[in-house]
Amino acid sequence: MIALPADPMLPRLFDVLKVKRELADTFTLELKSDGGGFGFQAGQFNMLYAFGAGEVPISISGDPGKPGTLVHTIRAVGAVTEAMGRLKPGDTLGVRGPYGTPWPVEQAFGDDLVIVAGGVGLAPLRPAIYQALANREKFGRVSILYGARSPEDILFRKELEQWRGRFDLEVLVTVDRVSGNWGGNVGVVTKLVAKAGFDPMDTTAFVCGPEVMMRFAVDSLEKRGVSTDKIHVSMERNMKCGLGVCGHCQWGPHFVCRDGPVFHFDEIAGLFSVREL
Amino acid sequence: MAPNIGSKVILDRSGLDRLIADLRGRGYRVIGPVLADSAVIYDEIQSAADLPAGCRDDSEAGTYRLDQTGEPWLFGYTLGVQGWKRHLYPPRQRLFRAERGERGFRLLDDQEVEAPLALLGVRACELAAIQVLDGVFDHEGFTEPGYLRRRQNAFIVAVECGHAAATCFCASADTGPAVGQGYDLRLNEIAGQGNWLFVAEAGSEKGLAVLAELPSRPASPDQIAAAAAQPQQAASQQSRQLKDDAARVLAVSTESPYWDKVAERCLTCGNCTMVCPTCFCTSVEDVTDLAGDIAERWRRWDSCFTLDYSYIHGGNVRSKAASRYRQWITHKLATWHHQFGRSGCVGCGRCIAWCPVGIDITAEVRALADAERGR
Repeated sequence: MIALPADPMLPRLFDVLKVKRELADTFTLELKSDGGGFGFQAGQFNMLYAFGAGEVPISISGDPGKPGTLVHTIRAVGAVTEAMGRLKPGDTLGVRGPYGTPWPVEQAFGDDLVIVAGGVGLAPLRPAIYQALANREKFGRVSILYGARSPEDILFRKELEQWRGRFDLEVLVTVDRVSGNWGGNVGVVTKLVAKAGFDPMDTTAFVCGPEVMMRFAVDSLEKRGVSTDKIHVSMERNMKCGLGVCGHCQWGPHFVCRDGPVFHFDEIAGLFSVREL
Repeated sequence: MAPNIGSKVILDRSGLDRLIADLRGRGYRVIGPVLADSAVIYDEIQSAADLPAGCRDDSEAGTYRLDQTGEPWLFGYTLGVQGWKRHLYPPRQRLFRAERGERGFRLLDDQEVEAPLALLGVRACELAAIQVLDGVFDHEGFTEPGYLRRRQNAFIVAVECGHAAATCFCASADTGPAVGQGYDLRLNEIAGQGNWLFVAEAGSEKGLAVLAELPSRPASPDQIAAAAAQPQQAASQQSRQLKDDAARVLAVSTESPYWDKVAERCLTCGNCTMVCPTCFCTSVEDVTDLAGDIAERWRRWDSCFTLDYSYIHGGNVRSKAASRYRQWITHKLATWHHQFGRSGCVGCGRCIAWCPVGIDITAEVRALADAERGR
């Protein structure tokens, strides 16, 4: 008889250290466990459990170089994420993970790096940005192309402004709808792909946002000449386990929780265009 | 003379009673076929008197009837309504309990201890289904400890089919009717000409230890031949067939216009997934007590036919019946191969019988293949 492993459906308990309001419906939790740090790779996610409310998959938005604390940025869109929005420092959150495939940051060394994010899709990409900046000399040009619904919906705005102030980083931001005294780009994020300064022959692209935005972003990257074998996208599906056993996240032959969420575009190109797959 | 692994002996009626009593004496919870709501289901039994004597099920697409034949067969039916998954991976399982504290919460360590299971009356297709589930719950570094514990501790008494229902297609799914490997004991029920007995054989050391305790005598060549003829007869009665190239047909049918034809009939009720012995999808539910101090998480069977199954913020990925039927059958017959190295269908035919509108998985694969050729 083989010794049975611990139940992977049981969460580890983390204390909430800090809660930061990011946007009207979006907040960032900084968490710490009793039992040491939390190593992860950029692009991975955790299943987060709020007491009595439920569990949801949320990507990790912190710095993979700083595993001492665990950082999640969450948009409140349902009962569980709203319960997480009510957490205060000292409260407990259940954590299972990290799960899923990472952004292949190291494989992109030597290339220009283009990061295309839409809305809260910037959160799963932030760890990759941190990792790229920590290894800045290993890349050619690095561009961050970000689209938000309105100026009030720009996530990590201070950080984006800081990054835009660097001489070794191109940051382009656009909004779908203008409000207030916005003087920046207006239109969908895919338009920024045409503007950004990268050499398509030697470019790796990471794309995360709503599925329709990713479809157009990949199209415009391809139009600029970026090879599809260097485009990576992060998919979202319903997930109940994170382990490839609840079945919900299936997409063709893939369990998005295990074979993704980050996919090499080449391996899913055939699935990407099928409706309701 | 004590039997060896593979040697065939005869158990009579009192031998079967002794088998059930012996398994119970060893601490097993014995699960076997019983009559409930005019159907055969698998539930706890105390003795052979609980078995569905004389019952024969008559299944067709969208139909299940149980007849009383008046014959002495205890295993004259073909299949229980649901497979053994119900016991190895129950429809509702508590994952944990948690208690709110002054600040935050903690997990309570109070999982119940379950008795090991003895499964009496496992058919060839059902043994194959259990082996399919083994692959699901133990693959690529993932293991489901609850299933594995029940599975490792289980004692399996297979009973070979001597008769096939009209919905059976195990022969074409390559899983039966002969019981291959993976049983502790294998029985063939032989009745007729005033005889009524079991030809029994141990398939494991565990099975041999149990069989050695039972009153038995060596089987005669005629009895051995009668047992061997049973699965051949059950195979010859099967008219339904699953196409050999089902996986290929599904792989090229993703955009087939035929899905809309299925959707005209499919009610998306999920019956097929509830009776399928290999469907493994689950969801989770969270409950609290009235004071909100104790929370529980439960895992329950789910179905890819529900809208909620594919819900993400912004909508349901599979809003149409056509997409949901496509997901179910494509997963079962095609993408299962990518995920677990084999088909997810064992040919038991339950989905055909229990579909309220009689959608037939074998016929749908043929229709898809025809539609593909016609395009």
